[in-house]
Amino acid sequence: MIRLQAVKKQYQMGDQTVHALQGVDLHIRRNELVAFIGASGSGKSTMMNIVGCLDRPSSGEYWLNGREVATMSGDELAHVRNREIGFIFQSFHLLPRASALDNVAQPLIYRGVKLRERLALAAEALTRVGLGTRLHHRPNELSGGQRQRVAIARALVGQPSILLADEPTGNLDSTTSQEILELIREVHAGGQTVVMVTHEPEIAAQCQRIVRLRDGIIMSDTLAGPAAGSTA
Amino acid sequence: MNLFFESVRSALASIRAHRLRSFLTSLGIIIGVASVITVISLIQGLSKSVSDQFMGLGGNGLTVRAHNEFKDVMRGKVNYLHFDDVEQLHLRVDEIRDLSPVFNPGFSEVRFTGMSATAQVFATAASYQEVNQRYARLGRFISDSDNAGARRVAVIGEKLIEDLHLPDNPVGQFILYANEWFKIVGVMEKRGEIFGMSQDNYMIIPFKTGQSIIGNNTRPQLSITVAVRDLGQLDATRSRIRAVMRQSHRLKADERDDFEIESADQVAKTFDKISSTVTLVMGGVVGIALLVGGIGIMNIMLVSVKERTREIGICKAIGARSRDILLQFLIEAVTLSLLGGLLGLAIGYALGIGIAAMIPDFPPAVVPWWAVALSVLFSGGVGVVFGVVPASQAARLDPIDALRYE
Repeated sequence: MIRLQAVKKQYQMGDQTVHALQGVDLHIRRNELVAFIGASGSGKSTMMNIVGCLDRPSSGEYWLNGREVATMSGDELAHVRNREIGFIFQSFHLLPRASALDNVAQPLIYRGVKLRERLALAAEALTRVGLGTRLHHRPNELSGGQRQRVAIARALVGQPSILLADEPTGNLDSTTSQEILELIREVHAGGQTVVMVTHEPEIAAQCQRIVRLRDGIIMSDTLAGPAAGSTA
Repeated sequence: MNLFFESVRSALASIRAHRLRSFLTSLGIIIGVASVITVISLIQGLSKSVSDQFMGLGGNGLTVRAHNEFKDVMRGKVNYLHFDDVEQLHLRVDEIRDLSPVFNPGFSEVRFTGMSATAQVFATAASYQEVNQRYARLGRFISDSDNAGARRVAVIGEKLIEDLHLPDNPVGQFILYANEWFKIVGVMEKRGEIFGMSQDNYMIIPFKTGQSIIGNNTRPQLSITVAVRDLGQLDATRSRIRAVMRQSHRLKADERDDFEIESADQVAKTFDKISSTVTLVMGGVVGIALLVGGIGIMNIMLVSVKERTREIGICKAIGARSRDILLQFLIEAVTLSLLGGLLGLAIGYALGIGIAAMIPDFPPAVVPWWAVALSVLFSGGVGVVFGVVPASQAARLDPIDALRYE
């Protein structure tokens, strides 16, 4: 359902042209758990931005659920992000003044869901990630792991096609990291397509499929890891 | 609609999060609106009291006076009412309940034991009291027999007691006017001040006395105030008076009126014109105040957009379109300026009432509904005008850059 064809991306940095992606072909099927791995500067963040419809490729095609996304306008992309993509970020990116419940309900505002229904859905999503008792806490009243759970609930509340996680454990200690990874794998086990970006091999190793990037091209694309057998 | 309420909610939350800053931001609007409402409430209060006073000048009546065009006066052609006109109107217009002729005998200096004061002197008849709804506070008004006998008696305004150092109850004292001694028989009710000018420095003498002072050769500018029997018949009465006056002045059919008939509300209308001019000037001042206030709001909104760049990035990442962000910031600016406007309104109201209460003899402040509507409308408008730039800046942000913003 994700198909990238000859995707290139370059941008200007000062007077230098950076070739972030130099022709990437990739196909991701429904219910895969994919990790993009690579050192910094390998192009994995650019990949993530393009797959997440935050950015458009300079050339090439990007088909998402049968629609060509590469040529959409900014507002059309926003619509696609709202419907099809759920983001999890390294630094959580929650709205600081809003409660957990309001944070999770936020994407549904842009979808035009009514307040009562919105809050019900958000509470349900928070309960699913184990935060049913902390609905009205603000981000600064929650631990790092709890914040990331809120972010996951927010990503999932709109039932997106893809859950996109950008270094989801980058700011967490190892115990919490493992808990968050468990949660993501649970979500995956529930039928969710998940794409994760990381630079840690041990985290990537817990995914079904590892896409290794270097200098803007795909070096290797391997099916591996313990999860491979369980959800094939 | 959903999004609109959400934006209002989030705007209020963000204003609550920065209480002091929000207050300081809208201070320009607050001061602007407050000062306007204060001034307008005072002016309107003043204007209401002045028109009430003008109503008292003969609210139930009409005033007939000679009509003179400036260019005719310059040529030496001056129209007068005749003493005979008074008789004619009295005898031939049934709709007139009462009428009082008034003229100024021409001298204005009044003396009492070495003190001297300037007074508006007018000669009139006993009916003046009823027609003008002004009465003597002490002693009595001039009577019909004073008039018939052309007695040297006077009723004075409150201010003259002070100006001439008369005793508190001056009835029975003699004052010198036009080289003749006048006995004070009464003191009129106080009328107060209009624009700081006393309305009580006058002296009233009997009509015939006034005539005898000016002699037979001088023609005074006479005016006749008329109390109408039925106010509903004001227009009919007016045309009847006109017909009688034209006959009395022997005007031919093609000649224009050499007199004019004024109703009291015309005078009030003149004052209304003055006060609306003042209000208009104030409008200009407000415009500047609101402009300054608006720039303050724009400034803080720009800062706020910068500060919340990451938040904007988050919202965009989870599906906010540019117009959603635009709306959110625009509504925040409007909410800020509207709250400022409302606060200014309340402060201005309180100030107007306070100032009016503090100055003695000042009429109570009146805040007209249009001033309230205008200030709310304008402060909201300022929010829109000066919120557009920061809001569109927020809306244009690139989600990736915004997310990365530290």
